[in-house]
Amino acid sequence: MNEQNLLALEDDARIVAAADRLAMSRREFLQFCTALAATLGLPQGAEAAVAEAVAAKKRPSVIWLHFQECTGCTESMLRAEHPTLEKLILDVISLDYHETLFAAAGHQVEAARKTAMAENKGQYILVVEGAIPTKDGGVYCKIGGKTAIELVKECAADAAAVIAIGSCASWGGMPSTIPSIPGATSSPTGSSGVSQVLGKPVVTIPGCPPNPYNFLSTVVHFLTFGSLPAVDSQGRPKFAYSRLIHENCERRAHFDAGRFAMQFGDDGHRKGYCLYKLGCKGPETYANCSVILFGDAGAGTWPVACGHPCIGCTEQGVGFQKPIHSLAKLKNIEPSSFLPRIVEEKGVGASLGAAAVLAAVAGAAAGAGAMVAKNLGLSHQAEEMEKAKRDGSKANESAEV
Amino acid sequence: MATRRDFLKGCLAGGAAAAAAVVPEAACARDTLERPAEALGLLYDATLCVGCQACVAACKRANHNPAEFTTVDHLWDAPLDTSGHTFNLIKMYRHGTMETKDAEENGFAFMKTSCMHCADPSCVSACPVSAMRKDPETGIVGYDPDACIGCRYCVAACPFGIPKYQYDSPTGQIGKCELCRHRHQDGHYSACAEVCPTGATLFGRTDDLLAEAKRRLALKPGEWTTMPRGRLPAKNEKPEDAAKWKGIVDQSYQAQVGNYQQHVYGETEYGGTQVLKLSAVNFQKAGLPDLPPKSSAATSETIQHTLYGGLMMPIAVLAGLTWVAKRNVVPEDDDKKGGQP
Repeated sequence: MNEQNLLALEDDARIVAAADRLAMSRREFLQFCTALAATLGLPQGAEAAVAEAVAAKKRPSVIWLHFQECTGCTESMLRAEHPTLEKLILDVISLDYHETLFAAAGHQVEAARKTAMAENKGQYILVVEGAIPTKDGGVYCKIGGKTAIELVKECAADAAAVIAIGSCASWGGMPSTIPSIPGATSSPTGSSGVSQVLGKPVVTIPGCPPNPYNFLSTVVHFLTFGSLPAVDSQGRPKFAYSRLIHENCERRAHFDAGRFAMQFGDDGHRKGYCLYKLGCKGPETYANCSVILFGDAGAGTWPVACGHPCIGCTEQGVGFQKPIHSLAKLKNIEPSSFLPRIVEEKGVGASLGAAAVLAAVAGAAAGAGAMVAKNLGLSHQAEEMEKAKRDGSKANESAEV
Repeated sequence: MATRRDFLKGCLAGGAAAAAAVVPEAACARDTLERPAEALGLLYDATLCVGCQACVAACKRANHNPAEFTTVDHLWDAPLDTSGHTFNLIKMYRHGTMETKDAEENGFAFMKTSCMHCADPSCVSACPVSAMRKDPETGIVGYDPDACIGCRYCVAACPFGIPKYQYDSPTGQIGKCELCRHRHQDGHYSACAEVCPTGATLFGRTDDLLAEAKRRLALKPGEWTTMPRGRLPAKNEKPEDAAKWKGIVDQSYQAQVGNYQQHVYGETEYGGTQVLKLSAVNFQKAGLPDLPPKSSAATSETIQHTLYGGLMMPIAVLAGLTWVAKRNVVPEDDDKKGGQP
């Protein structure tokens, strides 16, 4: 299946049916599948698998719970365009329970949730949006007479996969912020993330709101391969959250060159300089915002591009905790290889050949020196002998005279 | 022989004269000089440095220096050491796996390499002309290319290896940090401090910087504190003094105190330097020499000025040479009297 060519699928009846169902042209549908595969960082050929899965498999049932949140995650999902949300929830997935999008209310809705859970037992995907209050038995958030804790435990029990969408569901997010009241050790309602309540790791798509494509890609990965994508220690899919925003930031060159916006609206700010000095948390925040930008609003619209420093919303301990304009702590995975050492070795040292030549020259010099010294002695001796001879002949001469 | 007697007499007289000249010897001994009261400098805190090299780039721009390529692609300005065209450089201490910042074992740490602007600079002492000069007011060690004769004594004299000669040019000059003194009149302070995003390089009066450094050393590592950025204003700075400098005065932010070595490098070294340094890694490991409080300029000038005081050494040497020469002269006068010796 992985080896299948995308073009070969173009005339496939299932693809045609799926494209019709999504009210897309076949080409658009295949482009959508390719985009998802690319977001996931899947190898070539995977887009065909994605297309086949979306076209052929039964739409997975999704139960979407809302707790302590602002519905921003849903709102950002509503604004996704590849495909639009109505196509996603009606045709790609089967959204069986979603408090914001449901037309029905009351017992009718609760019954729908129960039915979906029973019909798709062990098959459905549970998506949780919002933090779960844990203080005082969780009375601070109740739906249909049940606390958030009870609901999430009930729905998670038979779910095939649990996805926490947004920072609130991921670790507690904004509601879990501890107020600056003396003696305060937790948020007023004890807001927690899904994994804390369930006591087991879940896939998290943090962000405030998260990029809808990170969520969508995770769902499609599950749909295509029957498993959730590889995640980091905090449950974040690695395809989206393995790089710092700083690493791929469009303003990175300004950081490296020391060109910083010092104040909002100053010369540097207007020229698009680095926002680090204004408190940008890009250097300590793992997310793909700088790569795929945000939503479908186009280039130049993600926070850093439009001139506001990153607030670190995908990073526990940074977003909603550090003051927005306080300086980020750089998470260097590795310091720059350009930095010279304290003592930088210059040259490459002596090669074997060079050492041999040098040794030969030294040897020759030593030998020559020895010979010269020897000859010096010899010549002195010869001189002496000559002198003695001369003296001898002189003596003879004088004797003769 | 009468001649020898005369010579010895002469020696004695010369010695007495030399001894008389040595009497004001105490005046020749020179104490280590101190920083001027209004000395300007930098404070470099290695624990705040993030190694972005913005200061290196800004220094190049401010001093109109060309890039120096050391990689094969010739793409990046990547000097390996300070040079005639690189006055400021961030170097890196590396050990083992380089996992942790500011750790000596299996860690890495940054260190700024630029002129320390010594209170008693060896380069100024060594300069035979007046090319290297210490400003009596700001204490900035400045270089005057018009006075320079290119002897490079300053290059050899500096314990930090800072003045560097432009060997690539037939009319080379000495290149070194002058704290951007050419920009001061326009209200710009040192470019490295101006751009530093974390306040790791801070510009100010050395006295204020020293007080700031000691404040940091007194804090507990990991504690949050206010760190100034850019220029450190003096304690009770008058508005007219502050107005001399451009830029936002208060850029301070909250940061965590580093795990410092309990020493401000440059407080006492060679009588003190105007550029001060804080580090979590041993200063010698970070490439800074262990220097005594007495400057080498004071030692060498004391020796030289003592030896040359009243021309004592030249006279003594001349006397010695004369004696040796005299001793070795063959008395040829005897030949005139005729006959073999």
